[in-house]
Amino acid sequence: MHLILFLLFAGFCLAGAINLLLQTHPINSALSLIVVMTSLAVLYLLLGAEFLAAAQIIVYSGAIMVLFVFVVMLLNAGREERTLGSRAARIVGLPAVVALLAVLATLILHIQGLGGAAISQGITTTEDLSRVLFHELLLPFEVTSVLILIAILGAVALARHGNGERPAAK
Amino acid sequence: MSFLHQEVPLAWYLLLSAALFSLGVVGFLLKRNLITVFMSIELMLNGVNLSFVTFAHQWHMHFLNTQSGPGADAVKGQIFVFFVMMVAAAEAAVGLAIIIAVFRARATLAVDRIDLMKL
Repeated sequence: MHLILFLLFAGFCLAGAINLLLQTHPINSALSLIVVMTSLAVLYLLLGAEFLAAAQIIVYSGAIMVLFVFVVMLLNAGREERTLGSRAARIVGLPAVVALLAVLATLILHIQGLGGAAISQGITTTEDLSRVLFHELLLPFEVTSVLILIAILGAVALARHGNGERPAAK
Repeated sequence: MSFLHQEVPLAWYLLLSAALFSLGVVGFLLKRNLITVFMSIELMLNGVNLSFVTFAHQWHMHFLNTQSGPGADAVKGQIFVFFVMMVAAAEAAVGLAIIIAVFRARATLAVDRIDLMKL
């Protein structure tokens, strides 16, 4: 059961990620990114992280991707032009990525004592999570809310219409 | 019955997360649209999050099996993912606002044409 679910949603995940690279229109890329994030939520659930699975769907597939789709439609982004891009990115970057993946895969396959994941095993409840979050890590949690507030103010200031041009116009 | 309780090695999850991260890097290098480049960054963040959750699960199972060490440490990997999500949300809001500002100034989203800082 766990094996089937893992293979199915890992397949969705990889297919969505590859589709993100192959599509030329940003809206198609955004929709395949939603597929990736939703299947990742299922994988989190399989690993027993039930709160994170819910947060993944609400924050990533919900809030962040809505923002992306909204910006794509607001800017009326069309098909991207297929230029070859910088030569350095292709000549140095792509072999470096392949090398990185090879090194990571070799490391991962050589890890000793890595266990397995079975269904309904080692579930972390939201209570366990909040017990640590609101006792030990209360200060970082509160600081995060200030970070979000600053980000909202920054976004509003950056995206305000006629930013920096208003004195000249009047 | 044994089929129902078959285990998936955690190494597979880690391999998937490495593959997602690499695909994100490839997208970052090859895509020519500012918004899609930004989406590739989100893909990389998600790949890293998956490896955090995998290691948190490993730690949790280790704690359940041996009952040694503080149990509170077993969920810290997941709390890390929670903070990464918060930072990613803030980053997406600011980044997309910057993209809107760039589009207003240059009227293009192609990364080849946004080259004021190029040497």
